[in-house]
Amino acid sequence: MGDFLQQLVGYFNPYYLQIIVNIGIGIILALGLNVVTGLTGQLSLGHAAFMSIGAFTSALLTIKLGMPFSVNLILTGFITAGVAALIGLPILRLTGDYLAICTLGFAEIVKVVFLNLDITNRALGLTVPAANTTIPMPVVVWVVVLLTIICVTFIHNSRFGRALMAVRGDEIAAEAMGINVTLYKVQSFAIGAFIAGVGGGLYAHFMSYINPSDFGFLKSVDILSMIVLGGLGSITGSVIGAGILSAAPEFLRFMANYRMLVYGGLLVCMMIFRPNGLMGRISFADLVLRTLGRKPHLKTIMEQKIMESSRPGNGDT
Amino acid sequence: MFFQQLINGIALGSTYALIALGYTMVYGIITLINFAHGEIYMVGAFVGLFATAVLKVNFFIAMLIAMLVCVLLGVFIERIAYRPLRKSSRLSALISAIGVSIFLSTLAQMLFGANAKGYPEGVFPVKQITIGSAEISTLQLLIIAISAILMIALEFIVHKTKIGKAMRATSEDYNTAALMGINVNMVISFTFALGSALAAAGGVLVGLLFNAVSFNMGLMAGLKAFAAAVLGGIGSIPGAMLGGLLLGVTEVAGVAIGFSSYRDAIAFAILVLVLLVKPTGLLGRKIQKKV
Amino acid sequence: MAILELNNVTIRFGGLVAVNDVNLKVEEGTIQALIGPNGAGKSTLFNLITGIYTPTSGSISFKGNSVNGTPTFKIAAAGIGRTFQNIRLFTDLTVLDNVLIGAHSRGKWNLAGALIKFTPWVRKEEGELLDLARDCLQMVDLSYRAFELSGNLPYGEQRRLEIARALALKPDLLLLDEPAAGMNPQEKAELMAMIQRIRATGITVFLVEHDMKFVMGISDRIAVLDYGEKIAEGLPEEVRQNPKVIEAYLGKGADDAKP
Repeated sequence: MGDFLQQLVGYFNPYYLQIIVNIGIGIILALGLNVVTGLTGQLSLGHAAFMSIGAFTSALLTIKLGMPFSVNLILTGFITAGVAALIGLPILRLTGDYLAICTLGFAEIVKVVFLNLDITNRALGLTVPAANTTIPMPVVVWVVVLLTIICVTFIHNSRFGRALMAVRGDEIAAEAMGINVTLYKVQSFAIGAFIAGVGGGLYAHFMSYINPSDFGFLKSVDILSMIVLGGLGSITGSVIGAGILSAAPEFLRFMANYRMLVYGGLLVCMMIFRPNGLMGRISFADLVLRTLGRKPHLKTIMEQKIMESSRPGNGDT
Repeated sequence: MFFQQLINGIALGSTYALIALGYTMVYGIITLINFAHGEIYMVGAFVGLFATAVLKVNFFIAMLIAMLVCVLLGVFIERIAYRPLRKSSRLSALISAIGVSIFLSTLAQMLFGANAKGYPEGVFPVKQITIGSAEISTLQLLIIAISAILMIALEFIVHKTKIGKAMRATSEDYNTAALMGINVNMVISFTFALGSALAAAGGVLVGLLFNAVSFNMGLMAGLKAFAAAVLGGIGSIPGAMLGGLLLGVTEVAGVAIGFSSYRDAIAFAILVLVLLVKPTGLLGRKIQKKV
Repeated sequence: MAILELNNVTIRFGGLVAVNDVNLKVEEGTIQALIGPNGAGKSTLFNLITGIYTPTSGSISFKGNSVNGTPTFKIAAAGIGRTFQNIRLFTDLTVLDNVLIGAHSRGKWNLAGALIKFTPWVRKEEGELLDLARDCLQMVDLSYRAFELSGNLPYGEQRRLEIARALALKPDLLLLDEPAAGMNPQEKAELMAMIQRIRATGITVFLVEHDMKFVMGISDRIAVLDYGEKIAEGLPEEVRQNPKVIEAYLGKGADDAKP
């Protein structure tokens, strides 16, 4: 299987493959941050730190233990999530602004620590050997992308996801509904970190070289810009936003210096003029159903339920 | 040795205090962490550099010019990036602030390059004064003196003038102040103006002190100053002053003990500690949430 | 049986005593009202009951168990639902989603459940939660609005939605903080009928209100708060004629209270 895929991938121009992989990794990271910032409303400015932790963890797992890549990624995810939960427990009690700054501070601390540790090779960075898998990296990345999209979509439309949105909407009201706000914030933080960690692991093995300085504040802003562009809380938006902002630098090479300038302006303008992002409030599923002329599934179910209860003979509650 | 480090710390801390004041005033009045505040400080440093190197004016004039430019910049930023979002969620305003910060620092990088620049020689004649076993530079004394003067001036404005009263009223209760006939927009602009002026002064002073001005000095200094503001109690002006001084002294002490590579992390450690242990800071008031 | 008991409850905010030595028993299955001039401490009392504030002294017990210091979400899950004086809906979510969130404590599937959401047992829970939401929406007559964005609803419907959301908790005690505020007489009459229906299902209702006619018309018992102290308590008739109450309102509310 692996050999067949290697051959298949070999037909593609490596330059375009790189772009495709970058887009994939961008999507993964955006989806992770979207759970924290878009769905739960907690602004995390240090998301790149989790990518960093994931990258180094995954790299070291390959270097020291040579473990199979799938196990490697899953373990990396859990380790990163664990760190996030540890950090999150104390700081997620804080309100939005303070939390944001704290996450930023945390990211800086992670960067400084990694730049000074021997095991991460200090400021020289780490060279990462090839991943222990026969499946070519582009395929692995996009399989993970698909899995992430599926999982995040499931989370959105569930009791768990609703609780996260309640936390985003009004923490005091959410508590009054029986939602342990801090616990849910920590969980969402951990989920975002898990995904970022996996993304970091993929990044490390694809780039073959990682340096703590790659994962600074600007990288966090990169990811944030993706979900802001797409629309906070929108899965489709994150995918599109990540796609655009990951691919654009390649096609707009001449504008490389202006990139962060554009991002800065983008953040301001999006917030003022189109806070719901490119997708607005419409989800991909809704869009598809609308074009097919059908109602959202939930609507059909609810209407059925309402009809059932108003049938004569049905007792009142 | 101790005294020497203390002076070093107070001088450094004074600059943090100048920046922290801007954060604390803006937060007190519109509950927004002006993420771009650090960039205003950076712009101040650059304008001061420009004024002394190109316009060849003396140090005080340079500082005044920097303050003026930054006042305009600060008011402008508030007007176009924050005011439209006043009714929106805090998240939106914060993201917008980040956008401004990124925009400004990148702009500075493009205009001035990535390397640090130094203030021209002889802008301020630096002499060393020996007191006991400590050597204090006249520059440090200048920084402490100017910071003190500016902070006293700020206290005067806030407590003894009409606009200061309006500022305090608006930070107590935004809506009531508006109902009482206070021109809230003007008060907010004025607050930004004051904070920006102080940050600009801080920028020029730091530029002189470290003789290095670069496009990314805003982020780090901004975060440290924010830590200082939180330490002293966000929303409290004396708190920002105290927090700044304490942070400066702690940072210098930390480096002296041997943590120099973790120098920047010290501020964050303090920040996280304060937020977890006593979020209202040293001098802040506890505000009951209204449900 | 007293479903809610407040014993010598006091709370201080710095130098200000917002609630001073309040004793109150709310009997199960009744409609209890709490009235008093503005700033008397009524909402503060609600916040004390729901755990947003902790009493400086005194104790609060619900269904026989003390709730002092218990976090709000646990108190909610134990069976106290509430609405807020200033409406706190999840405005960016639909009406249905708001009510489903109210039903949160009636479900148990979390992250794991989300990832296996197509399995029969998770689907069963979702179905039950949807049924519960439907019932609550029908109770307040908002079924036809299920898929509207709650932020777009007119004011009166938003207040009803808050009640539906609180009902989804399947509470034993429902706290309503000024539910009739801003409503016209027609809406108030409908609200009174709605609260009667809610009580008929066995839920105890404890409400704070300013509208005297409303309070007199619906309550079984009334307690009166002034400057954080309970100055009167009893049947509507007794309270209406209590001189201390009339004085506290400076004659204003008393006129509305006359038949």
